[in-house]
Amino acid sequence: MSVIVVLICASLLVATGFLIAYLWAVKHGQYDDKYTPSVRILFDDEKKSEDRNKKSVVKNNSDF
Amino acid sequence: MEQLEVLERKTETKLYCFHCGDECQDEIIHIDEKIFCCNGCKTVYEILNNSNLCNYYSIDESPGITRKHYIQRNYDFLNDNDLKLKLIDFSNGQRTQLTLDIPQMHCSSCIWILENLYKLNHGIISSKVNFLQKKIFISYQEEKTSLKDIVELLDSIGYEPQLNLDDRKEEKNKNEYRSLYYKIGIAGFCFGNIMLLSFPEYLSIDVAGHEELKRIFAYLNIILSLPVFFYSANIYFISAWKGLKKKFINIDVPLALGIAVLFIRSIVEIVFMNDAGYLDSLSGLVFFLLIGKLFQNKTYETLNFERNYKSYFPIAVTIQKNKIETTIPVEKLQIGDRLIIRNNELIPADSILIKGNANIDYGFVTGESIPINKVNGEVVYAGGKQIGSAIEVETIKDVSQSYLTQLWNNKAFRKDQEHEQESRIISFANTVSKYFTIIILALAVIAALIWHNNSTLAFNAFTAVLIVACPCALALSTPFALGNTLRIFGKNKFYLKNTFIIEKLAAVNSIVFDKTGTITENNSSSVEFIGEKLSDDEKTFIKSAVRNSTHPLSTAIFDSIDSKVIKIINVYDELPGKGIYAVINDNEIKLGSKFFINENQEEDVNDFSTKVFLSINRKVKGYFNITNKYRDGLRETVSELERNYELAILSGDNEGEKEKLRNFFGTDNELHFRQSPQDKLDFILQLQENGRKVLMIGDGLNDAGALKQSDVGISVSDNTNNFSPACDGIMDSESFYRLKDFIKFSNSSMKIIFSSFVLSLIYNLIGLGFAFTGMLSPLIAAILMPLSSVTAVVFTTVTTNVLAKRRGLI
Repeated sequence: MSVIVVLICASLLVATGFLIAYLWAVKHGQYDDKYTPSVRILFDDEKKSEDRNKKSVVKNNSDF
Repeated sequence: MEQLEVLERKTETKLYCFHCGDECQDEIIHIDEKIFCCNGCKTVYEILNNSNLCNYYSIDESPGITRKHYIQRNYDFLNDNDLKLKLIDFSNGQRTQLTLDIPQMHCSSCIWILENLYKLNHGIISSKVNFLQKKIFISYQEEKTSLKDIVELLDSIGYEPQLNLDDRKEEKNKNEYRSLYYKIGIAGFCFGNIMLLSFPEYLSIDVAGHEELKRIFAYLNIILSLPVFFYSANIYFISAWKGLKKKFINIDVPLALGIAVLFIRSIVEIVFMNDAGYLDSLSGLVFFLLIGKLFQNKTYETLNFERNYKSYFPIAVTIQKNKIETTIPVEKLQIGDRLIIRNNELIPADSILIKGNANIDYGFVTGESIPINKVNGEVVYAGGKQIGSAIEVETIKDVSQSYLTQLWNNKAFRKDQEHEQESRIISFANTVSKYFTIIILALAVIAALIWHNNSTLAFNAFTAVLIVACPCALALSTPFALGNTLRIFGKNKFYLKNTFIIEKLAAVNSIVFDKTGTITENNSSSVEFIGEKLSDDEKTFIKSAVRNSTHPLSTAIFDSIDSKVIKIINVYDELPGKGIYAVINDNEIKLGSKFFINENQEEDVNDFSTKVFLSINRKVKGYFNITNKYRDGLRETVSELERNYELAILSGDNEGEKEKLRNFFGTDNELHFRQSPQDKLDFILQLQENGRKVLMIGDGLNDAGALKQSDVGISVSDNTNNFSPACDGIMDSESFYRLKDFIKFSNSSMKIIFSSFVLSLIYNLIGLGFAFTGMLSPLIAAILMPLSSVTAVVFTTVTTNVLAKRRGLI
């Protein structure tokens, strides 16, 4: 039966790990703003958009 | 040849601005195959285009803010060091952090451009947006840029920051918010694990031969319940203690008592009786209560309910000393200073006009936005806005002692904190718990006395009564019912400061309205021409003439004339306070006051209606009668409310609209005109002294005192992001016609709480049956307590939603 005690201690440790992760997230402001990050993640990366501009410039040049 | 400019306004070829998405009306600017409605919009586009930031336009369509009414501002005052220190968050001399309010942000494009500010100003290291709070956090390098540059940059692309000096309490709010999250996380974690460890108990699993396992589980439960009891639940102990110290029993007193008894009895049972205890019920109760608190704490972060006049007033003013113009923070302003007030700037303190053509819009003070002309030597009052060219004034009073601002010295504004505390006392839950606590304490003592022969049983019965009678259902139904009502109101654009306001709203029996801007529409008026019938040509002349004037009456006349053609004006002159003079195609047009049109006529002193007289070629044609336009649904709202409430109107205006108002409000209700901000406050006070509970509905700074003094003050606003004075709730003007539904619904919410309380009483009575007989087993407690909590939560949320649906609120 002592295996149950070991298992319970292990499960408590794992759960504590998640609790600490949650507390860390609150402390670092992840619950302060629940909207903006959802929009921010959808923005294109900077370099890509610059590349796209460059490509279009090249295209225009080739037209001449 | 006759010059004609035809406006392209045919319905099938409507053109929309690429920047702001507004319909292009007067002028159309083409650039890069794109169309702009005004020069301002075009300029913003050019700024962004030059920095390769046109992605702005591809995230959301037409994300810009219209620049048609843009006024160039002077931000020189931001170079003032004292002021700068108040605005920034932190600086180490090289790197500075700054938080600004930007109410204009409204879409993903806004977030994108504001977070890419570093491309427009290389001194900016990073910028981060909190969209829901409409705030931007900027960090920048001192040597490369300055506060002024950043504010100017934001202003130039249409995101003018709201500079405010008294916004410091938010940090505290944030910490409170976070600590609630910590508490819920810990309570939830412990609750789950305690339940897991209690499973053998629930399922009555035979642990014969493994007694030590049962002990280990029980002691683990004690360890897990410690943070719940000492950390998560401590707000209830603190609140109960605070209440008791002030000699009143709030809802947290019986709650704290229940929680404490649960904990003590569980420890006693586990340690001395080798039993399981009620730690699962304890942690579950605390967890649910905290969730309820979170639900109730819904706040509208972007709205500010605590503004005072300082939010309206400029934070800096231009003064002239020894013929040199400097900007100083408004609080350093002294009596006798010579001020320069430019177009659209507010006068910060009562002053005497020294030089210039003063045309003062007292919209903030009286609610009436038609500017008043002043001559040199006359007194101009704080809160007035200069329209037109710059004027020079000399202050005669301190900012805080001026005609308008001295309102804030009234005691209505000082009792702020206490007021908030008081509201807790009168809430339904607190009133009930006062009697409730006394009764259950008495019952517990009786139960103990019944079993006085058997000390164990007496202890059991005593504690069981306190545990079962713990008013968790009441404590849960209030936040869930009111929190849900708050959300339903929010969906209908009626935003309340907190849930206590709903209870106060339900108790109201007098309703006082402000007139201008509250029951009338702000930017539209009905215009009627009385006199000779005008030909189409004449109408065109008038429209062309008033197009050049920014006076609100001119705008009203311009909008009222349905003519698509605009003529070029040969001569144009605007005489402030008198009228306009224009020559078009050799026709002389005069529009303005009676005296201006015909010098032989005296102004009629008893005529309070707003009239603009017209003469064409020195022949008086008649006048435009301009009246307020009342909000849609006013008649229905009034006739509905009249039945149950005492109504009154307080207007800062003259009696011009009296007859029309009587039409709406009948003869029973009080109408008062020419009310100063102080008069309005006094009127509310007088009603309250007669035992009335007053709901004040207003809009401008002139209602600020009345809004504050009233039991519930609601401010009506066309744009909820705009400034509104300190109040308990902000209502979008579109929702004005629903006012009666809102009041009725808050009544229903209170009834729901009451029913839920009755329901929970039934549970308590059943539980008390067990408790009295000393038979309360952990299993029964484990079923009964969560069951009553869940019923309370489900019952209140479902019924509020059903009733809201029936009233058409969702």
